[in-house]
Amino acid sequence: MAVAAAAGTALGWWGVPLGVVAGAVRVSTPFLFVSLGECLTERSGRINLGLEGTLVMGAMTGYGVSYLTGSPWLGVLAAGLVGAVFGATHAAFCSLPRVNDIAIGIALMLFGIGLAFYIGKPLIEPQAAMLPSINLGWWSSVPPLRDALRVNVLFLIGVVLAPALVWGLKNTRWGLILRTAGESADAALALGYSVNLIRLGATMAGGFLAGIGGSFLSLYYPGSWNERLSSGQGITAVALVIFARWDPMLCFWASILFGGAGAFGPALQSVGVTEGYYLFNAAPYILTLLIMIITCSPRRTLTGAPAELSITRS
Amino acid sequence: MAIAIGDKLAGRAALGDRLRQAAEGVVIPTLALIAAMILFGIFVAVSRVDPLELYAVMYRGAFGTWFSWQNTLTRAAPLILTALCTALPAQLGMVIIGGEGALVMGGLAATAAALALPGAPPLAVQLAMALAGMTAGGLWIALAGGLRHYRGVNETISSLLLVYIAIALLNHLVEGPMRDPASLNKPSTRAIGAANMIGSIPGTDIHWGLVFGIIAAVLAYFLVYRTTFGFAARIAGGNMRAAKVVGLAVGRLVLAMCFLGGAAAGLAGMIEIAAVHGRANGNLAAGLGTTGILVAFLARHNPLAVIPVAVLLGGIGASGGLIQRRLGLPDASVMVLQGIIFLMVLASDALYGRIRFFAPRGG
Repeated sequence: MAVAAAAGTALGWWGVPLGVVAGAVRVSTPFLFVSLGECLTERSGRINLGLEGTLVMGAMTGYGVSYLTGSPWLGVLAAGLVGAVFGATHAAFCSLPRVNDIAIGIALMLFGIGLAFYIGKPLIEPQAAMLPSINLGWWSSVPPLRDALRVNVLFLIGVVLAPALVWGLKNTRWGLILRTAGESADAALALGYSVNLIRLGATMAGGFLAGIGGSFLSLYYPGSWNERLSSGQGITAVALVIFARWDPMLCFWASILFGGAGAFGPALQSVGVTEGYYLFNAAPYILTLLIMIITCSPRRTLTGAPAELSITRS
Repeated sequence: MAIAIGDKLAGRAALGDRLRQAAEGVVIPTLALIAAMILFGIFVAVSRVDPLELYAVMYRGAFGTWFSWQNTLTRAAPLILTALCTALPAQLGMVIIGGEGALVMGGLAATAAALALPGAPPLAVQLAMALAGMTAGGLWIALAGGLRHYRGVNETISSLLLVYIAIALLNHLVEGPMRDPASLNKPSTRAIGAANMIGSIPGTDIHWGLVFGIIAAVLAYFLVYRTTFGFAARIAGGNMRAAKVVGLAVGRLVLAMCFLGGAAAGLAGMIEIAAVHGRANGNLAAGLGTTGILVAFLARHNPLAVIPVAVLLGGIGASGGLIQRRLGLPDASVMVLQGIIFLMVLASDALYGRIRFFAPRGG
């Protein structure tokens, strides 16, 4: 927000598009990691709505570990590991008979948020070490442009991860097994694989990525830990996977789009337009809803939807 | 076994079997609650708090005195109503988790109705508030239901997105167009006026919202289990395709159930305004809708069971302040306990039909 404000003063109305683009890169990272993780989980045939809770737990853990050890990267790792534990919990409950993955996700969302607030209470005051950023705008003399081009390493990792996941799902043995579990549990069983075990792995990997997405919130942008840190980024990212048709590369572009939508309000505010600031905060959610309305259909299953996924079956 | 199936085909299971089935529905959630209390006990023991003392304090804060009972019942009132927002659509197999949004919209609409009728007799204002609140909440959830039925948009995600949109709308209105310039620290709308507030049940500090909640739950029970409409809804919930084949108007069922659920949560919002806050502000989004989801699942979406479960969860909420003051636990403890209860209740679904004692034996 501070960046966008600086952009506004120097560039006038040009600050708006610049703010949106800078914000898109900045704000999209949590969306990106959560949606890539959820994409993996859903390709194995299960949906984890608990990633909102995982995100908040990841943010708290990352911040706490960075504060205690002085190393933000240890914080990121710890956030990922806690996310994997949450994923394993989700998978363990879901492997019980007659237990619904959507409901377990809702429960884990509440539990994760509550636990993060409980443990994270003493972490609101102290200042933890932040993640570094890479300055890609060194060539420019315009300060706001330089700020806009200051990119976090996690974002770059996400940029590489998305095509890597596309490739991995398509070309590796692991990817094939994962997709088999998602398309037909019976087929996976007939091939001698344990569907529950595959989904355990996929949900843990998804939780790991979502935890890292959370650590970005607390360790880079907005870069603090408090109880209002996440406002539905996790659940928006889950919806975004449906919009992205379970394709990691489309998840990437969708995350950028959502980041830009989220940055619209602050960017407008930076040039003095405060009218409707709170309404612009709703932009990512309204955008998600509109996109789901446009892309879903009551008559056919969505192209690209894993056949085992409960959420797309009618 | 064969006799039991024969009886069910004849439309009435033997009395012993029905009792056993009812007992199963009480015993298994109770076991889940006990398991959750043990887990949470271990959890607080790690924070060096004696679990037994914790539960003693919680009991005192929730049900120990007349004062705490009043607090508990006051908190239960909106929970009954927001739980119906999840429980009614659940009859159709839909998972709606947007009660918080319907509550916020209901509270906003009720406030707007009251502010639009200055000088009208209080009863007329209150009726208009209730009507506006229920309509706004109902339409909000019916939107999620309609999107599900006519566009195939997942109702769980859309109803949650609608929560965030409703909260943004609330913030926009109380910070901007509806803001009372005199509210400096906490941006709010103008007050609806003391005369328009709904008071307490005589002899208590419990507001009338509790009575509204209980009436709504009883009506919902009759609707679901004693009317053709409810029967049709449960058929569709059991098998959507079969319901369409036999010609049930599934779309209308979905819209109506979602509207009624949302109307209940909207009424909760109206009550929060007219009995507690007196004006709309950020306090409206205090998580009552979220706790309502848990109430509905714990009650297995049975509208009558929602009442005692809401009292129980209201009690846990009421004891939150006391465990914070006496034992120094963070206020999020209640959320953690709720989360653990939720997980255990869902896991206990695996037990149904597994305990031989409850199996039907035709007697």
